[in-house]
Amino acid sequence: MFFEGNAHKFGNDINTDYIISGKYKFKTLDMVELASHVMEDLDPDFSSKVTPGDFIVAGTNFGCGSSREQAPLVIKYARVSAVLAKSFARIFYRNAINTGLPVVECDTDLINEGDVLEVDLSQGFVKNKSSGVSIPIKPLPGVMIKILNDGGLSAHFKKYGDFNF
Amino acid sequence: MGQTIIEKILSAHSNFQVYANDLVVAEVDFIMGQDGTSPLTIKAFQEMGGEKIFDSGKVIFVIDHNSPSPNEGVSALHKMMRDFARQKEIYTCDVGEGVCHQLIPETGAVGPGSLVIGSDSHTCTYGALNAFSTGVGSTDLAAALISGRMWFKVPDTLKIICHGELPPGVYSKDLILYLTGQITADGATYLSVEYTGQAISALSQEARFTISNMAVEMGAKAGLMAADEKTFSWLSNYTSKKYQPVEPDPDARYFRIEEYDASKLEPHVAKPHTVDNVCPVGEVSDTVVHQAVIGTCTNGRLEDLRIAAGILKGRKCNKDVRLIVVPASRKIMLDAIREGIAETLIESGAAFVTPGCGPCVGTHNGVPSDGEVVISTANRNFKGRMGNSKAFIYLASPATAAASAITGRITDPREFLK
Repeated sequence: MFFEGNAHKFGNDINTDYIISGKYKFKTLDMVELASHVMEDLDPDFSSKVTPGDFIVAGTNFGCGSSREQAPLVIKYARVSAVLAKSFARIFYRNAINTGLPVVECDTDLINEGDVLEVDLSQGFVKNKSSGVSIPIKPLPGVMIKILNDGGLSAHFKKYGDFNF
Repeated sequence: MGQTIIEKILSAHSNFQVYANDLVVAEVDFIMGQDGTSPLTIKAFQEMGGEKIFDSGKVIFVIDHNSPSPNEGVSALHKMMRDFARQKEIYTCDVGEGVCHQLIPETGAVGPGSLVIGSDSHTCTYGALNAFSTGVGSTDLAAALISGRMWFKVPDTLKIICHGELPPGVYSKDLILYLTGQITADGATYLSVEYTGQAISALSQEARFTISNMAVEMGAKAGLMAADEKTFSWLSNYTSKKYQPVEPDPDARYFRIEEYDASKLEPHVAKPHTVDNVCPVGEVSDTVVHQAVIGTCTNGRLEDLRIAAGILKGRKCNKDVRLIVVPASRKIMLDAIREGIAETLIESGAAFVTPGCGPCVGTHNGVPSDGEVVISTANRNFKGRMGNSKAFIYLASPATAAASAITGRITDPREFLK
Protein backbone atom coordinates (compact mmCIF):
# COMPACT_ATOMS: atom_id res chain seq x y z
CA MET A 1 0.00 0.00 0.00
CA PHE A 2 1.43 3.32 -1.09
CA PHE A 3 -0.07 6.75 -0.44
CA GLU A 4 0.94 10.32 -1.12
CA GLY A 5 -0.71 13.46 0.25
CA ASN A 6 -0.56 16.41 2.60
CA ALA A 7 -0.34 16.30 6.39
CA HIS A 8 -3.11 17.76 8.57
CA LYS A 9 -1.72 18.05 12.08
CA PHE A 10 -3.55 17.56 15.37
CA GLY A 11 -2.36 17.30 18.97
CA ASN A 12 -2.41 14.58 21.64
CA ASP A 13 -5.45 12.69 23.00
CA ILE A 14 -7.69 13.20 19.95
CA ASN A 15 -10.76 11.34 21.20
CA THR A 16 -13.52 9.67 19.19
CA ASP A 17 -16.00 12.39 20.18
CA TYR A 18 -13.78 14.88 18.34
CA ILE A 19 -13.48 12.56 15.34
CA ILE A 20 -17.25 12.19 15.10
CA SER A 21 -19.56 13.74 17.69
CA GLY A 22 -22.27 11.66 19.36
CA LYS A 23 -24.84 14.23 18.29
CA TYR A 24 -24.41 13.05 14.69
CA LYS A 25 -23.29 9.46 14.84
CA PHE A 26 -26.31 7.99 16.61
CA LYS A 27 -28.71 9.13 13.90
CA THR A 28 -27.51 7.47 10.72
CA LEU A 29 -25.34 4.85 9.09
CA ASP A 30 -24.73 7.21 6.12
CA MET A 31 -20.96 7.56 6.43
CA VAL A 32 -20.74 10.12 3.62
CA GLU A 33 -23.06 12.40 5.58
CA LEU A 34 -21.18 11.72 8.85
CA ALA A 35 -17.83 12.34 7.14
CA SER A 36 -18.86 15.96 6.55
CA HIS A 37 -18.62 16.40 10.35
CA VAL A 38 -15.23 14.71 10.86
CA MET A 39 -13.09 16.62 13.42
CA GLU A 40 -15.74 19.35 13.45
CA ASP A 41 -15.36 20.34 17.12
CA LEU A 42 -11.62 20.92 16.61
CA ASP A 43 -11.72 22.43 13.12
CA PRO A 44 -15.16 23.14 11.63
CA ASP A 45 -13.69 23.40 8.10
CA PHE A 46 -11.62 20.22 8.27
CA SER A 47 -13.74 18.07 5.94
CA SER A 48 -13.59 20.70 3.20
CA LYS A 49 -9.80 21.11 3.57
CA VAL A 50 -9.02 17.44 2.91
CA THR A 51 -7.88 16.48 -0.56
CA PRO A 52 -8.37 12.76 -1.25
CA GLY A 53 -5.27 10.88 -0.16
CA ASP A 54 -4.26 13.31 2.60
CA PHE A 55 -3.11 12.19 6.05
CA ILE A 56 -4.24 12.95 9.57
CA VAL A 57 -1.09 13.36 11.67
CA ALA A 58 -1.34 13.47 15.48
CA GLY A 59 0.54 13.04 18.73
CA THR A 60 -0.05 10.41 21.39
CA ASN A 61 -3.21 8.43 22.23
CA PHE A 62 -5.09 9.08 18.97
CA GLY A 63 -8.65 7.73 19.07
CA CYS A 64 -9.05 7.51 22.84
CA GLY A 65 -12.55 7.36 24.27
CA SER A 66 -15.48 5.39 22.98
CA SER A 67 -15.56 2.18 20.94
CA ARG A 68 -17.51 3.81 18.11
CA GLU A 69 -16.41 2.30 14.83
CA GLN A 70 -17.89 5.33 13.10
CA ALA A 71 -14.61 7.08 14.05
CA PRO A 72 -12.27 5.21 11.66
CA LEU A 73 -15.10 4.94 9.12
CA VAL A 74 -15.69 8.70 8.87
CA ILE A 75 -11.95 9.27 8.47
CA LYS A 76 -11.96 6.75 5.64
CA TYR A 77 -15.07 8.27 4.05
CA ALA A 78 -13.48 11.73 4.33
CA ARG A 79 -10.95 10.15 1.93
CA VAL A 80 -8.06 10.42 4.33
CA SER A 81 -5.67 7.66 3.28
CA ALA A 82 -4.06 6.91 6.66
CA VAL A 83 -3.64 8.21 10.21
CA LEU A 84 -0.10 8.74 11.49
CA ALA A 85 0.38 9.17 15.25
CA LYS A 86 2.95 8.62 17.97
CA SER A 87 0.54 6.18 19.61
CA PHE A 88 -3.06 5.02 19.34
CA ALA A 89 -5.76 4.07 21.81
CA ARG A 90 -6.33 0.33 21.59
CA ILE A 91 -10.00 0.08 20.58
CA PHE A 92 -9.58 2.68 17.82
CA TYR A 93 -6.49 0.86 16.57
CA ARG A 94 -8.38 -2.43 16.28
CA ASN A 95 -11.40 -0.74 14.70
CA ALA A 96 -9.22 1.00 12.12
CA ILE A 97 -7.62 -2.26 11.00
CA ASN A 98 -10.97 -4.08 11.07
CA THR A 99 -12.52 -1.47 8.79
CA GLY A 100 -9.47 -1.18 6.53
CA LEU A 101 -8.14 2.24 7.60
CA PRO A 102 -4.30 2.15 7.71
CA VAL A 103 -2.85 3.41 11.01
CA VAL A 104 0.84 4.17 11.28
CA GLU A 105 2.84 4.59 14.48
CA CYS A 106 5.84 6.87 13.97
CA ASP A 107 7.57 9.99 15.29
CA THR A 108 5.16 12.64 14.11
CA ASP A 109 7.28 15.47 15.56
CA LEU A 110 9.15 15.18 12.25
CA ILE A 111 6.04 16.26 10.34
CA ASN A 112 4.59 19.78 10.09
CA GLU A 113 1.18 21.00 8.98
CA GLY A 114 0.95 20.89 5.18
CA ASP A 115 4.05 18.74 4.63
CA VAL A 116 3.88 16.43 1.63
CA LEU A 117 4.28 12.80 2.72
CA GLU A 118 4.78 9.45 1.07
CA VAL A 119 3.66 6.45 3.08
CA ASP A 120 4.67 2.99 1.93
CA LEU A 121 3.13 0.34 4.19
CA SER A 122 4.61 -2.61 2.31
CA GLN A 123 8.14 -1.22 2.58
CA GLY A 124 7.47 0.21 6.04
CA PHE A 125 8.48 3.84 5.75
CA VAL A 126 7.18 7.39 5.78
CA LYS A 127 9.03 9.92 3.69
CA ASN A 128 8.54 13.60 4.43
CA LYS A 129 9.05 15.08 0.96
CA SER A 130 8.90 18.65 2.30
CA SER A 131 11.86 18.13 4.66
CA GLY A 132 13.54 15.20 2.92
CA VAL A 133 13.49 13.17 6.17
CA SER A 134 12.66 9.46 6.22
CA ILE A 135 10.73 8.34 9.29
CA PRO A 136 10.79 4.71 10.46
CA ILE A 137 7.43 3.19 11.35
CA LYS A 138 6.55 0.63 14.00
CA PRO A 139 5.43 -2.50 12.16
CA LEU A 140 1.86 -3.74 12.59
CA PRO A 141 1.37 -7.05 14.44
CA GLY A 142 1.16 -10.02 12.04
CA VAL A 143 -2.54 -10.64 12.78
CA MET A 144 -3.39 -7.09 11.82
CA ILE A 145 -1.40 -7.22 8.59
CA LYS A 146 -3.40 -10.33 7.72
CA ILE A 147 -6.74 -8.60 8.45
CA LEU A 148 -5.71 -5.44 6.60
CA ASN A 149 -4.52 -7.43 3.58
CA ASP A 150 -7.82 -9.31 3.51
CA GLY A 151 -9.59 -5.93 3.27
CA GLY A 152 -10.76 -5.76 6.90
CA LEU A 153 -12.32 -8.22 9.35
CA SER A 154 -15.66 -8.49 7.51
CA ALA A 155 -13.89 -9.56 4.33
CA HIS A 156 -11.66 -11.90 6.39
CA PHE A 157 -14.74 -13.60 7.88
CA LYS A 158 -16.51 -13.73 4.55
CA LYS A 159 -13.47 -15.49 3.11
CA TYR A 160 -12.77 -17.95 5.96
CA GLY A 161 -16.01 -18.04 8.01
CA ASP A 162 -13.96 -17.68 11.20
CA PHE A 163 -10.70 -16.25 12.51
CA ASN A 164 -7.91 -17.67 10.38
CA PHE A 165 -4.49 -16.49 11.54
CA MET B 1 5.70 -19.08 36.09
CA GLY B 2 2.91 -17.33 37.98
CA GLN B 3 0.04 -15.60 36.23
CA THR B 4 -1.90 -12.39 36.65
CA ILE B 5 -5.71 -12.42 36.78
CA ILE B 6 -6.06 -11.68 33.08
CA GLU B 7 -3.47 -14.29 32.08
CA LYS B 8 -5.48 -16.86 34.03
CA ILE B 9 -8.83 -15.88 32.53
CA LEU B 10 -7.46 -15.86 28.99
CA SER B 11 -5.74 -19.23 29.59
CA ALA B 12 -8.98 -20.77 30.84
CA HIS B 13 -10.84 -19.51 27.77
CA SER B 14 -8.28 -20.63 25.21
CA ASN B 15 -7.01 -23.92 26.70
CA PHE B 16 -3.42 -22.70 26.57
CA GLN B 17 -1.21 -21.48 29.38
CA VAL B 18 -0.78 -17.92 28.15
CA TYR B 19 1.26 -14.96 29.31
CA ALA B 20 1.57 -11.29 28.43
CA ASN B 21 2.12 -10.59 24.72
CA ASP B 22 0.87 -14.01 23.59
CA LEU B 23 -1.87 -13.99 20.99
CA VAL B 24 -5.01 -15.95 21.83
CA VAL B 25 -8.32 -16.70 20.22
CA ALA B 26 -10.55 -17.08 23.27
CA GLU B 27 -14.09 -18.31 23.84
CA VAL B 28 -16.38 -15.54 25.07
CA ASP B 29 -18.98 -16.10 27.78
CA PHE B 30 -21.16 -13.10 27.11
CA ILE B 31 -21.62 -10.44 24.40
CA MET B 32 -23.31 -7.06 24.68
CA GLY B 33 -24.27 -4.55 21.99
CA GLN B 34 -25.80 -1.09 22.54
CA ASP B 35 -27.80 1.19 20.27
CA GLY B 36 -24.89 3.42 19.25
CA THR B 37 -22.84 0.54 17.90
CA SER B 38 -25.13 -2.43 17.17
CA PRO B 39 -26.48 -1.12 13.85
CA LEU B 40 -22.92 -1.27 12.44
CA THR B 41 -22.55 -4.73 14.01
CA ILE B 42 -25.65 -5.91 12.15
CA LYS B 43 -24.23 -4.48 8.92
CA ALA B 44 -20.87 -6.21 9.50
CA PHE B 45 -22.66 -9.48 10.41
CA GLN B 46 -24.43 -9.36 7.05
CA GLU B 47 -21.24 -8.44 5.16
CA MET B 48 -19.51 -11.43 6.76
CA GLY B 49 -22.24 -13.68 5.41
CA GLY B 50 -23.41 -14.38 8.98
CA GLU B 51 -26.60 -16.37 9.41
CA LYS B 52 -26.69 -17.92 12.87
CA ILE B 53 -25.69 -16.46 16.21
CA PHE B 54 -23.31 -18.90 17.94
CA ASP B 55 -25.51 -18.93 21.08
CA SER B 56 -28.22 -16.30 21.34
CA GLY B 57 -28.55 -17.02 25.06
CA LYS B 58 -25.14 -15.44 25.55
CA VAL B 59 -25.99 -12.20 23.77
CA ILE B 60 -27.86 -9.13 24.92
CA PHE B 61 -28.76 -5.89 23.14
CA VAL B 62 -29.38 -2.75 25.17
CA ILE B 63 -31.11 0.40 23.92
CA ASP B 64 -29.69 2.93 26.35
CA HIS B 65 -27.66 5.62 24.62
CA ASN B 66 -30.61 7.43 23.00
CA SER B 67 -33.49 6.13 24.99
CA PRO B 68 -36.30 6.95 24.36
CA SER B 69 -35.40 7.97 20.82
CA PRO B 70 -35.05 11.74 20.32
CA ASN B 71 -35.54 11.73 16.51
CA GLU B 72 -36.58 9.64 13.52
CA GLY B 73 -33.00 8.76 12.51
CA VAL B 74 -32.36 7.12 15.88
CA SER B 75 -35.80 5.47 15.77
CA ALA B 76 -34.96 3.81 12.46
CA LEU B 77 -31.72 2.39 13.92
CA HIS B 78 -33.53 1.19 17.05
CA LYS B 79 -36.04 -0.58 14.81
CA MET B 80 -33.19 -2.19 12.88
CA MET B 81 -31.84 -3.55 16.19
CA ARG B 82 -35.21 -4.80 17.39
CA ASP B 83 -35.94 -6.52 14.05
CA PHE B 84 -32.55 -8.24 14.01
CA ALA B 85 -32.89 -9.25 17.67
CA ARG B 86 -36.34 -10.74 17.09
CA GLN B 87 -35.11 -12.66 14.06
CA LYS B 88 -32.01 -14.00 15.85
CA GLU B 89 -33.71 -14.48 19.25
CA ILE B 90 -31.45 -12.00 21.04
CA TYR B 91 -32.80 -10.64 24.30
CA THR B 92 -33.16 -6.86 24.09
CA CYS B 93 -33.30 -4.47 27.03
CA ASP B 94 -35.43 -1.70 25.63
CA VAL B 95 -36.31 1.88 26.60
CA GLY B 96 -36.46 2.42 30.35
CA GLU B 97 -34.60 -0.69 31.48
CA GLY B 98 -31.32 1.14 32.04
CA VAL B 99 -27.71 1.48 31.00
CA CYS B 100 -25.91 -1.60 29.67
CA HIS B 101 -23.14 -1.60 32.28
CA GLN B 102 -25.64 -1.86 35.10
CA LEU B 103 -27.97 -4.29 33.31
CA ILE B 104 -25.30 -6.84 32.36
CA PRO B 105 -24.17 -7.36 35.99
CA GLU B 106 -27.86 -7.46 37.01
CA THR B 107 -28.41 -10.46 34.69
CA GLY B 108 -26.07 -12.50 36.90
CA ALA B 109 -24.50 -13.88 33.71
CA VAL B 110 -21.17 -12.22 34.49
CA GLY B 111 -19.02 -13.05 37.48
CA PRO B 112 -15.53 -14.06 38.58
CA GLY B 113 -13.58 -15.60 35.72
CA SER B 114 -16.04 -14.60 32.98
CA LEU B 115 -14.85 -13.27 29.63
CA VAL B 116 -17.17 -10.61 28.25
CA ILE B 117 -17.00 -8.29 25.26
CA GLY B 118 -19.27 -5.37 24.53
CA SER B 119 -19.38 -2.78 21.80
CA ASP B 120 -18.97 -0.01 24.34
CA SER B 121 -15.69 1.18 25.78
CA HIS B 122 -16.92 1.09 29.38
CA THR B 123 -17.50 -2.68 29.20
CA CYS B 124 -14.44 -2.83 31.47
CA THR B 125 -16.89 -2.05 34.34
CA TYR B 126 -17.40 -5.77 35.13
CA GLY B 127 -13.75 -6.06 36.08
CA ALA B 128 -15.08 -5.13 39.52
CA LEU B 129 -16.70 -8.60 39.52
CA ASN B 130 -13.35 -10.25 38.83
CA ALA B 131 -14.31 -10.73 35.15
CA PHE B 132 -12.25 -9.87 32.08
CA SER B 133 -14.57 -7.60 30.17
CA THR B 134 -13.53 -5.19 27.49
CA GLY B 135 -14.87 -2.86 24.85
CA VAL B 136 -14.59 -3.73 21.18
CA GLY B 137 -15.86 -2.19 17.96
CA SER B 138 -18.90 -3.21 15.96
CA THR B 139 -17.04 -5.45 13.49
CA ASP B 140 -15.24 -7.37 16.26
CA LEU B 141 -18.61 -7.87 17.92
CA ALA B 142 -20.10 -9.24 14.69
CA ALA B 143 -17.23 -11.71 14.40
CA ALA B 144 -17.91 -12.89 17.95
CA LEU B 145 -21.65 -13.23 17.28
CA ILE B 146 -20.81 -15.68 14.50
CA SER B 147 -17.89 -17.55 16.06
CA GLY B 148 -18.36 -17.17 19.82
CA ARG B 149 -14.71 -16.23 19.94
CA MET B 150 -12.45 -13.17 19.90
CA TRP B 151 -8.74 -12.66 19.38
CA PHE B 152 -6.67 -10.83 21.97
CA LYS B 153 -3.10 -9.95 22.62
CA VAL B 154 -2.65 -10.96 26.26
CA PRO B 155 -1.94 -7.64 27.98
CA ASP B 156 0.73 -6.87 30.50
CA THR B 157 -0.61 -5.89 33.90
CA LEU B 158 -0.28 -2.67 35.87
CA LYS B 159 -0.96 -3.31 39.55
CA ILE B 160 -2.33 -0.32 41.45
CA ILE B 161 -2.20 -0.74 45.23
CA CYS B 162 -4.34 1.70 47.21
CA HIS B 163 -3.37 1.70 50.87
CA GLY B 164 -5.48 3.04 53.71
CA GLU B 165 -9.19 3.77 53.65
CA LEU B 166 -10.95 6.73 52.08
CA PRO B 167 -11.87 9.45 54.62
CA PRO B 168 -15.53 10.47 55.13
CA GLY B 169 -16.90 12.56 52.25
CA VAL B 170 -14.39 11.06 49.84
CA TYR B 171 -15.66 8.34 47.52
CA SER B 172 -14.53 5.79 44.96
CA LYS B 173 -15.13 8.39 42.21
CA ASP B 174 -12.62 10.73 43.87
CA LEU B 175 -10.14 7.87 44.04
CA ILE B 176 -10.46 6.90 40.38
CA LEU B 177 -10.28 10.55 39.25
CA TYR B 178 -7.13 10.98 41.33
CA LEU B 179 -5.64 7.74 39.92
CA THR B 180 -6.46 8.79 36.35
CA GLY B 181 -4.63 12.06 36.96
CA GLN B 182 -1.63 10.13 38.25
CA ILE B 183 -1.54 7.43 35.57
CA THR B 184 -2.72 9.87 32.79
CA ALA B 185 -5.13 9.31 29.90
CA ASP B 186 -2.80 6.93 28.08
CA GLY B 187 -0.63 5.69 30.95
CA ALA B 188 -2.27 2.26 30.95
CA THR B 189 -2.78 1.86 27.20
CA TYR B 190 -2.93 -1.83 26.17
CA LEU B 191 -2.55 -2.84 29.86
CA SER B 192 -4.77 -4.73 32.22
CA VAL B 193 -5.05 -2.90 35.53
CA GLU B 194 -5.36 -4.87 38.79
CA TYR B 195 -6.72 -2.62 41.55
CA THR B 196 -5.89 -3.89 45.00
CA GLY B 197 -5.18 -2.81 48.57
CA GLN B 198 -7.15 -1.93 51.66
CA ALA B 199 -8.90 1.05 50.07
CA ILE B 200 -10.41 -1.23 47.39
CA SER B 201 -11.35 -4.02 49.84
CA ALA B 202 -13.11 -1.48 52.07
CA LEU B 203 -15.34 -0.27 49.23
CA SER B 204 -18.83 -1.63 48.63
CA GLN B 205 -19.36 -3.64 45.45
CA GLU B 206 -21.32 -0.71 43.97
CA ALA B 207 -18.47 1.71 44.63
CA ARG B 208 -16.00 -0.72 43.04
CA PHE B 209 -17.90 -0.65 39.73
CA THR B 210 -17.15 3.10 39.49
CA ILE B 211 -13.42 2.39 39.61
CA SER B 212 -13.38 -0.43 37.06
CA ASN B 213 -15.72 1.60 34.81
CA MET B 214 -13.05 4.25 34.33
CA ALA B 215 -10.07 1.96 33.62
CA VAL B 216 -10.50 2.81 29.93
CA GLU B 217 -9.96 6.50 30.76
CA MET B 218 -6.32 5.54 31.42
CA GLY B 219 -6.26 3.62 28.14
CA ALA B 220 -6.55 0.22 29.82
CA LYS B 221 -8.00 -2.91 28.27
CA ALA B 222 -9.36 -4.12 31.62
CA GLY B 223 -9.75 -2.92 35.20
CA LEU B 224 -9.79 -6.00 37.38
CA MET B 225 -10.33 -6.62 41.07
CA ALA B 226 -10.14 -9.77 43.17
CA ALA B 227 -13.42 -11.36 44.27
CA ASP B 228 -14.27 -11.39 47.97
CA GLU B 229 -17.33 -11.88 50.20
CA LYS B 230 -18.76 -8.56 49.03
CA THR B 231 -18.53 -9.69 45.40
CA PHE B 232 -20.29 -12.99 46.09
CA SER B 233 -22.88 -11.38 48.33
CA TRP B 234 -23.71 -8.84 45.60
CA LEU B 235 -23.92 -11.59 42.96
CA SER B 236 -26.23 -13.68 45.15
CA ASN B 237 -28.91 -10.99 44.67
CA TYR B 238 -28.97 -11.80 40.96
CA THR B 239 -27.94 -15.42 40.42
CA SER B 240 -27.48 -18.76 42.10
CA LYS B 241 -24.69 -19.62 39.67
CA LYS B 242 -21.45 -20.59 41.43
CA TYR B 243 -18.38 -18.71 40.28
CA GLN B 244 -14.80 -19.54 41.23
CA PRO B 245 -12.69 -16.51 42.16
CA VAL B 246 -9.58 -15.86 40.05
CA GLU B 247 -6.61 -14.76 42.14
CA PRO B 248 -3.25 -13.62 40.79
CA ASP B 249 -0.37 -15.95 41.64
CA PRO B 250 2.11 -14.62 44.24
CA ASP B 251 4.87 -14.88 41.63
CA ALA B 252 2.87 -13.32 38.80
CA ARG B 253 4.92 -10.95 36.67
CA TYR B 254 3.77 -7.34 36.67
CA PHE B 255 4.75 -4.77 34.07
CA ARG B 256 4.55 -2.03 36.69
CA ILE B 257 3.37 -1.62 40.27
CA GLU B 258 2.14 1.75 41.61
CA GLU B 259 1.23 2.42 45.22
CA TYR B 260 -0.96 5.21 46.60
CA ASP B 261 -2.22 6.28 49.99
CA ALA B 262 -6.00 6.76 49.93
CA SER B 263 -6.29 7.78 53.57
CA LYS B 264 -5.57 11.46 53.01
CA LEU B 265 -7.34 11.85 49.69
CA GLU B 266 -9.61 14.86 49.20
CA PRO B 267 -12.64 15.12 46.90
CA HIS B 268 -11.38 15.59 43.34
CA VAL B 269 -12.76 16.82 40.03
CA ALA B 270 -11.59 16.38 36.45
CA LYS B 271 -11.53 19.77 34.76
CA PRO B 272 -12.40 20.40 31.10
CA HIS B 273 -11.58 18.90 28.60
CA THR B 274 -9.70 15.72 29.58
CA VAL B 275 -10.36 13.11 32.25
CA ASP B 276 -6.78 13.21 33.55
CA ASN B 277 -6.92 16.98 34.14
CA VAL B 278 -7.71 16.53 37.84
CA CYS B 279 -7.37 18.63 40.96
CA PRO B 280 -8.80 18.77 44.48
CA VAL B 281 -12.29 20.34 44.57
CA GLY B 282 -10.96 23.26 46.62
CA GLU B 283 -8.90 24.53 43.70
CA VAL B 284 -11.98 25.23 41.57
CA SER B 285 -14.50 26.06 44.29
CA ASP B 286 -15.37 29.47 42.85
CA THR B 287 -16.53 27.97 39.55
CA VAL B 288 -20.19 28.76 38.83
CA VAL B 289 -22.27 25.71 37.82
CA HIS B 290 -25.35 25.76 35.55
CA GLN B 291 -26.20 22.08 35.45
CA ALA B 292 -25.48 19.08 37.67
CA VAL B 293 -25.87 15.50 36.49
CA ILE B 294 -26.03 12.55 38.89
CA GLY B 295 -26.19 9.09 37.34
CA THR B 296 -24.90 7.17 34.28
CA CYS B 297 -22.95 3.91 34.19
CA THR B 298 -20.28 5.46 36.39
CA ASN B 299 -22.38 6.71 39.30
CA GLY B 300 -26.06 5.94 38.81
CA ARG B 301 -26.34 3.14 41.36
CA LEU B 302 -28.57 3.13 44.43
CA GLU B 303 -25.70 3.95 46.77
CA ASP B 304 -24.83 6.99 44.60
CA LEU B 305 -28.41 8.27 44.67
CA ARG B 306 -28.56 7.64 48.43
CA ILE B 307 -25.39 9.70 48.98
CA ALA B 308 -26.81 12.55 46.87
CA ALA B 309 -30.14 12.39 48.71
CA GLY B 310 -28.31 12.50 52.05
CA ILE B 311 -26.84 15.86 51.07
CA LEU B 312 -29.96 17.26 49.37
CA LYS B 313 -32.44 16.19 52.07
CA GLY B 314 -34.29 19.23 53.37
CA ARG B 315 -32.39 21.50 51.00
CA LYS B 316 -33.17 23.03 47.62
CA CYS B 317 -31.09 23.15 44.47
CA ASN B 318 -29.82 26.60 43.63
CA LYS B 319 -32.39 28.37 41.43
CA ASP B 320 -29.76 28.80 38.71
CA VAL B 321 -28.80 25.11 38.62
CA ARG B 322 -30.63 22.34 36.77
CA LEU B 323 -30.14 19.02 38.56
CA ILE B 324 -30.66 15.98 36.32
CA VAL B 325 -30.77 12.52 37.87
CA VAL B 326 -30.31 9.38 35.74
CA PRO B 327 -30.72 6.08 37.62
CA ALA B 328 -28.60 3.36 36.04
CA SER B 329 -31.45 0.86 35.85
CA ARG B 330 -35.18 0.43 36.32
CA LYS B 331 -34.47 -1.69 39.40
CA ILE B 332 -32.41 1.13 40.90
CA MET B 333 -35.13 3.65 40.09
CA LEU B 334 -37.74 1.46 41.79
CA ASP B 335 -35.49 0.92 44.80
CA ALA B 336 -34.89 4.69 44.98
CA ILE B 337 -38.65 5.26 44.96
CA ARG B 338 -39.27 2.63 47.65
CA GLU B 339 -36.52 3.99 49.87
CA GLY B 340 -37.75 7.59 49.61
CA ILE B 341 -34.56 8.67 47.82
CA ALA B 342 -36.43 9.69 44.68
CA GLU B 343 -38.86 11.81 46.69
CA THR B 344 -36.01 13.59 48.49
CA LEU B 345 -34.23 14.34 45.24
CA ILE B 346 -37.38 15.50 43.44
CA GLU B 347 -38.37 17.73 46.37
CA SER B 348 -34.93 19.33 46.22
CA GLY B 349 -35.57 20.24 42.59
CA ALA B 350 -34.12 17.27 40.65
CA ALA B 351 -35.46 16.31 37.23
CA PHE B 352 -35.43 12.53 36.76
CA VAL B 353 -34.83 11.20 33.25
CA THR B 354 -35.24 7.68 31.87
CA PRO B 355 -32.74 5.12 33.23
CA GLY B 356 -29.98 4.86 30.63
CA CYS B 357 -27.06 6.98 29.47
CA GLY B 358 -28.95 10.24 30.01
CA PRO B 359 -27.18 13.41 28.87
CA CYS B 360 -23.67 11.84 28.98
CA VAL B 361 -23.37 11.22 25.24
CA GLY B 362 -24.71 14.56 24.04
CA THR B 363 -27.88 13.72 22.18
CA HIS B 364 -30.71 14.48 24.59
CA ASN B 365 -31.78 14.88 28.22
CA GLY B 366 -29.76 18.01 29.00
CA VAL B 367 -27.51 19.45 26.29
CA PRO B 368 -25.78 22.50 27.84
CA SER B 369 -25.74 25.94 26.24
CA ASP B 370 -22.68 27.90 25.06
CA GLY B 371 -20.35 28.81 27.91
CA GLU B 372 -22.27 26.79 30.50
CA VAL B 373 -20.58 24.70 33.17
CA VAL B 374 -21.78 21.20 33.96
CA ILE B 375 -20.73 19.15 36.96
CA SER B 376 -21.37 15.51 36.15
CA THR B 377 -20.83 12.12 37.72
CA ALA B 378 -20.19 10.60 34.27
CA ASN B 379 -16.81 9.39 33.04
CA ARG B 380 -15.93 11.74 30.16
CA ASN B 381 -15.59 15.51 29.92
CA PHE B 382 -14.32 15.85 26.36
CA LYS B 383 -15.14 19.07 24.57
CA GLY B 384 -18.53 18.56 22.92
CA ARG B 385 -19.20 15.33 24.80
CA MET B 386 -22.59 16.52 26.03
CA GLY B 387 -23.54 17.91 22.63
CA ASN B 388 -22.06 21.41 22.79
CA SER B 389 -18.37 22.05 22.20
CA LYS B 390 -18.69 25.48 23.84
CA ALA B 391 -19.71 24.03 27.23
CA PHE B 392 -17.39 23.01 30.08
CA ILE B 393 -17.74 19.67 31.86
CA TYR B 394 -16.30 18.87 35.29
CA LEU B 395 -16.41 15.27 36.53
CA ALA B 396 -17.04 14.58 40.20
CA SER B 397 -18.60 12.24 42.76
CA PRO B 398 -22.37 12.24 43.38
CA ALA B 399 -21.69 14.01 46.70
CA THR B 400 -19.74 16.82 45.04
CA ALA B 401 -22.36 17.13 42.29
CA ALA B 402 -25.16 17.32 44.89
CA ALA B 403 -23.32 19.88 47.03
CA SER B 404 -22.59 21.96 43.92
CA ALA B 405 -26.27 21.84 42.90
CA ILE B 406 -27.16 23.44 46.23
CA THR B 407 -24.61 26.24 46.22
CA GLY B 408 -24.44 26.90 42.47
CA ARG B 409 -20.65 26.66 42.47
CA ILE B 410 -18.30 23.70 42.63
CA THR B 411 -18.40 22.70 46.28
CA ASP B 412 -16.60 20.31 48.62
CA PRO B 413 -19.37 17.99 49.86
CA ARG B 414 -17.79 17.80 53.29
CA GLU B 415 -19.30 21.27 53.92
CA PHE B 416 -22.68 19.49 54.10
CA LEU B 417 -21.53 16.44 56.04
CA LYS B 418 -20.26 18.18 59.17
